Amino acid sequence: MKKYLLFFRLRFATGVQYRMASVTALTTQVIWGLMECLAYKAIAEASGGNLPMDYSSIVSYIWLKEAFLVLFNTWAADNDIFEMIRSGNVSYELCRPVSLYSMWFTRIVGGRVSEVLLRCVPVLLCAFLMPKPYRMSLPVSTGAFMLFLLTMVLGMGVTVAFCMLVYLLCFFTISPQGWRMVFTGAIDLLCGNIIPLPFFPADYLKIAELLPFAYMQNVPFRIYSGDLAGADILPAILKQVFWVVTLIAAGELIRTRVEKKIVVQGG
Amino acid sequence: MITMEQVCKSYKVAKRNAGFGEACKALFRRDHEVIHALHDVSFTIDEGEMVGYIGPNGAGKSSTIKILSGILTPDSGSCVVDGRVPWKNRTEYVRQIGVVFGQRSQLWWDIPVIDSFELLKEIYSVSTPKYNNKLEELTELLQLGELLKTPTRQLSLGQRMRCEVAASLLHEPRILFLDEPTIGLDAVSKLAVRDFIKKINREHKTTVILTTHDMQDIEAIAERVILIGKGQILLDGSLQDLRRAATDGRDKTTYAGDNAAFADGNAVADEALTLDHVMAALYRKLDIM
Repeated sequence: MKKYLLFFRLRFATGVQYRMASVTALTTQVIWGLMECLAYKAIAEASGGNLPMDYSSIVSYIWLKEAFLVLFNTWAADNDIFEMIRSGNVSYELCRPVSLYSMWFTRIVGGRVSEVLLRCVPVLLCAFLMPKPYRMSLPVSTGAFMLFLLTMVLGMGVTVAFCMLVYLLCFFTISPQGWRMVFTGAIDLLCGNIIPLPFFPADYLKIAELLPFAYMQNVPFRIYSGDLAGADILPAILKQVFWVVTLIAAGELIRTRVEKKIVVQGG
Repeated sequence: MITMEQVCKSYKVAKRNAGFGEACKALFRRDHEVIHALHDVSFTIDEGEMVGYIGPNGAGKSSTIKILSGILTPDSGSCVVDGRVPWKNRTEYVRQIGVVFGQRSQLWWDIPVIDSFELLKEIYSVSTPKYNNKLEELTELLQLGELLKTPTRQLSLGQRMRCEVAASLLHEPRILFLDEPTIGLDAVSKLAVRDFIKKINREHKTTVILTTHDMQDIEAIAERVILIGKGQILLDGSLQDLRRAATDGRDKTTYAGDNAAFADGNAVADEALTLDHVMAALYRKLDIM
């Protein structure tokens, strides 16, 4: 257990090492969030307020998305891991007395959580200080807030377990480019990063909800604002658990195959 | 301690000729060539031995190290290290070995070396007093001192390599595999690393296998030399045996061309030949280039 905490600490140290990156990312996220708020305002006015989510829920969703971006994004993966696989430095990882899967899983979780801790506070602060219609609201209830935290952890589990698949598949293709292109484009849309899932046409939504991507950020962010409430919450949580377990199992399966056939090239 | 018996490993390598046309053709039909990196490799190494593992580029040295460290699974043959098969129960096995890949890095790029060391301490579950003792010993022997506080990316190659060697020994492995540990080092660092390897062998009875192209490494460290060429073990003995094999039944003029000093065809005394000349001659003689 201690070694996993240490991974977390190390990633945190790495994150702190690059302060400027955090500052610039913060500015980008606040401005981007505000732009999105304005865009949805325009949509709301054009459609006469007839939106699948109410406007304050959308605003909260947007700010949460910006604040917790690094927790859930699937495109900004840990490049060190790709580089290790490509260059063969992964040899060292294979000489360690711990499972490759759990080592990388914690490494990624550590990286994400430590980075989000550095970033979410200032973004949320800005979000709560915005002028009225664009201001982020408090969670609808304490219960909703607790569920928000729980589903956020599960959602991150789904995200990381999915990213693990991408890393492990890179052992077969060596270059991560292909996988990343395919996955990131599709996932960005399907996880609700581009537009919140309730905006999907009903039929498309049904398909999206069959995939693991709907159980990443979609669930916690909508619980927070009360858009997802009551009897709909439990099935969403169960599906999150299902996907975490399934994706980890799939990853472990690929890992055993990888370790059998791996060839570290060169020197 | 280490037994390898009839180990074979082959790789499939895609090949094509130069040119755009060839590249297009390769889209549809790829020619593969099977390279036998290791062919019937067998040897035994006892506890506390220091063995130099040498051979020309592409001979199969690194493949052997990778098999011994459990990264690669051979096609056939058996390999037992300290009663275990490296590629089975890998995580259990690697606890007792230390590996240095001279061309790769195990230290985290962005953070001070000492942080990487602490991570390794946890990964190998080394107790704190043991770790502190070891760290002190390594810091002194390899003159790490201030280096430990520096981020890895700001270290020079030689400084980094000393840290890499230290990193591989924090968990006190009983067996140490060194794959070109002195590559690119200056004279001082080289001597430091060599002395250090000798010392841990003497004091901790660590079994050491070392691959290198630097014959001075071999001269300084290895009591025993295993020569591999084209995937086969060609010689297993002392450095003297190696010299003898190179010079046996050969006219000294065969070294001509290796060095301008020999170009006039003068016979040269054995002692005047550098080890590199001996090795070059041996590689040619055995036709393993």
